Amino acid sequence: MNNANNSSEHEQHIVSPKIYVVILLALLALTATTVAASYVEMYVFNAVVALAIAVLKMILVVLFFMHIKYSTKLTKLTVISGVFIFLGLISMTLADYVSRAWGRW
Amino acid sequence: MSDSTATANGVETEVHHEHPSYQRHHFETVAQQFDATNFAMWLFLLTEIMFFGGLFTAYLILRNWYYPAFVEGSHQLSIFWGTANTTVLIISSFTMAMSVWNAQMRRKGGLLLCLVLTFILGLVFLGIKGIEWHEKWVKYHVPGLHYSDQSFRNPASDPEVYAEYHDKSLAPDMASKVEQYFFLYFAMTGMHALHMVIGIAILGFMIVRAKTGAYTSGHYTFVENFGLYWHFVDIIWIFLFPLLYLISRHQ
Repeated sequence: MNNANNSSEHEQHIVSPKIYVVILLALLALTATTVAASYVEMYVFNAVVALAIAVLKMILVVLFFMHIKYSTKLTKLTVISGVFIFLGLISMTLADYVSRAWGRW
Repeated sequence: MSDSTATANGVETEVHHEHPSYQRHHFETVAQQFDATNFAMWLFLLTEIMFFGGLFTAYLILRNWYYPAFVEGSHQLSIFWGTANTTVLIISSFTMAMSVWNAQMRRKGGLLLCLVLTFILGLVFLGIKGIEWHEKWVKYHVPGLHYSDQSFRNPASDPEVYAEYHDKSLAPDMASKVEQYFFLYFAMTGMHALHMVIGIAILGFMIVRAKTGAYTSGHYTFVENFGLYWHFVDIIWIFLFPLLYLISRHQ
């Protein structure tokens, strides 16, 4: 944790343009990868690979473009809890759909 | 309220120590004010995750139920335009991140340039989306309004798509479910586009304000928090693109 709570003066971490450029290139490379992967026959893994790459891109955007890597613990916790609740709601909905019409999903 | 009265009476100098004009009186420090607004922005984004989450869940369940229909529906989308739009949006996220940096460094010219670039890239995204939507209209793939399931009951009647995918004819009941794919396609890309329109409008407002130097005097919270919104809209597209365009190329 680099923000050691020294509330002396307005110490907002400034992310350098170099990092932004690196993230931009990584995101473009991952976009090319996901498009290329969609042309390869991988059966169920087409969706798995595409979603894994999307999650990776999301993590890059959240950590660097949205500055979560450099933010306070409260903000980090907020983001994590949001993702957690979202996944929880999806799995509960799916559990309902899967178990109501057993065998016909 | 009592604060503003105190200020009017000139008592303010006794009560408060020196602070920048943009620091509200109920915050101890500028950093605390920044963290509080940042936190609030993230709470708003969480509600947005839940909002789009409903659409994503509906897509997940319906694609599972009517898999052949969703596969043939997604074959109607152009991977070329989808990839182009993803690239445009990622670059616009980069120019937005650079806007925040320019505001932090108090570089007014750089801030204006980056905001205008983000604005233009946002419009390019909507333009490309418009081309794609127009194609759906021409091919009778707008559910409930201008729709026919001809392309799915008889895929050979759609030579361009047929040449690429050689889709089989769907039985009438499954062919009718493709309409649900297009319903979700329009609901999801439409909601995303609405967020883009709102973002572009706010960008226009920010460009006008940035010209007066409003964000380059040390108070860049608005730029930072708008950046969060813009990146969030980018993330939604990062998921829409593979789900709608990419994962159903093979059956």
